[in-house]
Amino acid sequence: MATTSDTLQRQRSSDIAVRLARFRELGIVVFLIAVLGMTIAFQPDFLLKPINIRSILLWIPLLTVVAMGEMMVIITRGIDVSIGSMLAFAGIVVGMIFRDVPGFNIYLGALIGILLGALLGAVNGGLIAWLKIPPIITTLGTLSVYRGLVFIVSEGRQIDPNHVPTALIRWSQRGPFGIQWVPYVVLIAVVVAFLAYAFLRYTKGGRSIYAIGGNPEAARLRGVPVETTTFSVYLITGALCGLAGILYASRFGFVNPGETGVGFELTVIAAVVVGGTNVFGGSGSVLGVFLGCLLLGTINVALAVLGVASTWQLAVYGFVILLAVTVDAVIRRELRRATTGE
Amino acid sequence: MSIDETRSQSTMVDSSLDQPMEGPKKKRIMNVVVQPEFITVILLILAFIGGSIISPYFLDLDFLLNYTSLFIEVGIMALGMTFIIISANIDLSVASTLALVGAVAGVLFFDLSMPMGITIVLAFLLSAALGSFNGLLITRMKLPALAVTLATLALYRGAAQVLVGDDSRPKLAWSRDIVFPDWFVGIHRVYIPGTSIPLPLVLFVILAIVLGILLHKTTFGRWVYAIGTNEEAARYAGVPTQRVKLAIFTMMGLLSGLAGLIMVSRLSVARYDHARGWELDVITAVVLGGTDIYGGRGTIFGTVAAFLLIIFLRTGMGVANVKAESQLAVIGTLLIVAILVSNLTKRIRT
Repeated sequence: MATTSDTLQRQRSSDIAVRLARFRELGIVVFLIAVLGMTIAFQPDFLLKPINIRSILLWIPLLTVVAMGEMMVIITRGIDVSIGSMLAFAGIVVGMIFRDVPGFNIYLGALIGILLGALLGAVNGGLIAWLKIPPIITTLGTLSVYRGLVFIVSEGRQIDPNHVPTALIRWSQRGPFGIQWVPYVVLIAVVVAFLAYAFLRYTKGGRSIYAIGGNPEAARLRGVPVETTTFSVYLITGALCGLAGILYASRFGFVNPGETGVGFELTVIAAVVVGGTNVFGGSGSVLGVFLGCLLLGTINVALAVLGVASTWQLAVYGFVILLAVTVDAVIRRELRRATTGE
Repeated sequence: MSIDETRSQSTMVDSSLDQPMEGPKKKRIMNVVVQPEFITVILLILAFIGGSIISPYFLDLDFLLNYTSLFIEVGIMALGMTFIIISANIDLSVASTLALVGAVAGVLFFDLSMPMGITIVLAFLLSAALGSFNGLLITRMKLPALAVTLATLALYRGAAQVLVGDDSRPKLAWSRDIVFPDWFVGIHRVYIPGTSIPLPLVLFVILAIVLGILLHKTTFGRWVYAIGTNEEAARYAGVPTQRVKLAIFTMMGLLSGLAGLIMVSRLSVARYDHARGWELDVITAVVLGGTDIYGGRGTIFGTVAAFLLIIFLRTGMGVANVKAESQLAVIGTLLIVAILVSNLTKRIRT
């Protein structure tokens, strides 16, 4: 008898847990609709203007691509604040190649950017995984080291729009089959998100990432290669930043050593935690983070459309991160209370 | 690491500083050598020698003293950060707190025409509030300090930007007559009568002594170490862990606010981008000074020595015409190397 009620109790609480877990991604959607609703209330034709849709869609690729890596890092209980500098480094070096070697193949250029990013990410990963330097210290240090490298390599000079190949800029202007609304860069971001989803869900490496975040010691005892996996997530993040550097050049048509990617880490971390990734590590989903990116992109464009000065941007990111982290903590506490039946 | 180990460790620190120690002489010397502070002091001497070889200006005492007051904000915040990191926490929002307090002071004085005295009092109240906001989120909501202060890093500087925009206080467009009061500006040009010691440096030394006593000679200080070594154990041992954490974050806010007022006084304008990215320098100073990034170990003396080392390096690079971005890269490298060395010496010590 006692066992039955016990099972029932557990059954019921896991129902609540499941419902709450579903509610999480729903919560972002609700918030997204609220933001859209508020904007439409002031600007009824907000979603009817193609330019607004395009702005939102063009905002997503950069954010999504890097956020997929940052999400994996945060799932392993780490953090990477050097992403903006890695993005700028890859962007500026590839930009210089395009400038100095006219007619350089853009796909080869993109590949070089990804490899450069991976290299910088590998330095982060090596320091963190094997030399045991805390992630925040490592990446806070490399944030300025890599930014310094950007200035040294570029000699402080910007890559001007006339040096970025037209074919690369077209990635942000044209889509397949002549569809203008969904440019290639958006497709690239969607492909990256799908790959991240498949990797995290169906591969041993992906499962190891969650295992480490859930309990590093237990993961080690169960034979998860903790060091190699930790190294890999920073390497992947670096590579994705490299790709984002190319997307940046495509989207904005220039790369500036002192401007490109500065403060980008805050935007990305905001998107990742708004997407429901646990700051204590162990959980996070690609769908959630993708919605988080969409939400941040929408907020950003909505602020501009509503005529809110750009000086508000930083404060909004800070507030959004704080809100997301706090709400997440409250939900988790309630969830724990529900499952332990207190 | 257990509490016993910390105790033995802290006695080790104390005895190596002020008591003759039992045991063979060789071991005693080895104990001093593997203290992280020892390495900092050696680096400090090397930097001093290196700097004086590179440039004759470096040995000019007046120049060096004046240069110190250009970075005094870093030193003041590093003192508070020592408490934070020893307690196994981190505060990334210090430089943003500095900027916000400065910006609010500017708005209070110019836009709301408050007297400067009241402005300063309100600025300190705000500093304490910003620090305790961090502290409350960490203790009440049980959120990681890293996540909270990363959010407030953006929020506080963002708020400063909303308040004063890309402009400054006094605004660029205003007449040259609208300025902060004379007695408030130019704190770095005030010297101890008859000497060339600038006032900010005196302030820093006093703060270092007071906070050094608080950390090393009081129960409160021992609580901070206990929390950093093992918070759970400290709580069972009766340490009011939540109150202590709240107190050190509030103190951190106050010190950042003080740094903010000093910076506004020094530059005679308030801007939202004051000290942007300086959390790197502050954390580097603390870690370079031998404070264990995992908590439980560190000294005010080490932080002060590391702060001087950073100033020597910055001065040296300044007179050698190294660009600002490259200077930042050097500081970043220094931070990573400091932890590497600290990890290494820890392995030798244990």
